[in-house]
Amino acid sequence: MSRYSKTLVFFLSLWPIYVISYQIIFNKLGPEPVDRIINHFGEWTLIFILLTLSMTPLKKITKSVEWIKFRRMLGLFTFFYASIHMLSYVGLDYRFDFEPLINDVLKKKFIFIGFSAWLLLIPLAVTSSERMVRLLKQNWKKIHRLIYIIGIFGVLHYIWLSKTIFFKPLIFLIILVILLLFRIKITRSASKI
Amino acid sequence: MIKFKNSEITPENIYKKRRSFIKSIGLSASTLAMSAIPFVNKSLASERDKLTSYKDITTYNNYYEFGTSKSDPHRNSQIFKTTPWDITIEGEVEKPIKLSMEEISEMFISEERIYRLRCVEGWSMVIPWMGFSLSKLLSKVNPTNKAKFVEFESVYDPAQMKGQRYPVLNWPYNEGLRIDEAMHPLTTVVTGLYGKKLPNQNGAPLRIFIPWKYGFKSAKAIVKIKFVENMPTSSWMWASPREYGFYSNVNPNVDHPRWSQATERIIGEGVWAPRVKTLMFNGYGDEVASLYSGMDLKKNF
Repeated sequence: MSRYSKTLVFFLSLWPIYVISYQIIFNKLGPEPVDRIINHFGEWTLIFILLTLSMTPLKKITKSVEWIKFRRMLGLFTFFYASIHMLSYVGLDYRFDFEPLINDVLKKKFIFIGFSAWLLLIPLAVTSSERMVRLLKQNWKKIHRLIYIIGIFGVLHYIWLSKTIFFKPLIFLIILVILLLFRIKITRSASKI
Repeated sequence: MIKFKNSEITPENIYKKRRSFIKSIGLSASTLAMSAIPFVNKSLASERDKLTSYKDITTYNNYYEFGTSKSDPHRNSQIFKTTPWDITIEGEVEKPIKLSMEEISEMFISEERIYRLRCVEGWSMVIPWMGFSLSKLLSKVNPTNKAKFVEFESVYDPAQMKGQRYPVLNWPYNEGLRIDEAMHPLTTVVTGLYGKKLPNQNGAPLRIFIPWKYGFKSAKAIVKIKFVENMPTSSWMWASPREYGFYSNVNPNVDHPRWSQATERIIGEGVWAPRVKTLMFNGYGDEVASLYSGMDLKKNF
């Protein structure tokens, strides 16, 4: 079973692609298709950040290291969906018209923070391989702590683009805070030993 | 030589304004005539004047009383009760009145009015409303000389409107116009769309529509119209005064702090359709620009 679990997680992680393909093929994207595509991938990026951040707490709770082997794949899916999210905004919505785009990044704080989060994902994706882990040694862990900041930026990106207090971004915020609180607990108990 | 007193000479800018007003009347008359001949209209109309489908107009709504997602209003408003319904006109008026929906539909004849709707979020529709000028309704009362603004209050009924159970906005929904804006012939009382009764999710039984302003200015399900002396604070101004000004005229040159207003996406177009440029006053500048002459529209956003 566990031999196939990684393959299973891989195909499950493609779920957002299946959904959007179905909606494109059967013309179910709704009245504002471009917006729908951008939001779809934005939301799934956040879900994958939260999934990635869940693996270590799950390891602690279930006392099984099994979870950690999915962490890299989920992290890379985060980067994959974040990139589609960003590209659909840049390419599909603004058709690579860089003047308004640069204007948006500099002037609109939700775009600025979202774009920053995507930039911060790049070093994590680049250093994700086993070789890089060995090469960077203790620094690897430090670099990959960036995911906490990326998570906060990502959720802020969602909160700031909402016109008032919306339900969904708040759910993301609550889950993120819980997952980050786990880290504090973990490092505390670790420092005791 | 005949001497004119200075006061008798029409200043140039007012003269020009008169010309453009006359021109705009001619223009709207000709558009009206054209819309009577659907085939001609269709071939002449550009892509941006194509009517948005009934389905999109009635399933893609911002109406937070019924939920914050675009599909919520359609889903959550079907059992909303719009009868009986009374509207009061009060405040700085000589004699306040209360009218039932039946009385209103007997008093005023609704005509088809095709207007563009530009949402502050950067999308737009073209909607064949049924309605009449708000000025006709407001003429039923005599405002006192203190009256400077008109305030619109939407219904408050959290039992039926589940969005109102959450502090998403400062309920009841509140909007306002300057009196001259409210009396402008384009400012419309809406009672229907596509020749049918107004669907609940679009603001039944009665809403207003101001085509040159962002959509949120056009309050839905109105129960109270109040003449007031001071500029009202709308629900959106309460929520975020930095983002939503009192005027909220469609203006491609003034960015919303969160998104650019230079362009818009037309609802109903496919995935590959490009954004189009947003027009000043949503394209109704000939008719309404004179309301704001001499005003700094960046400051009075």
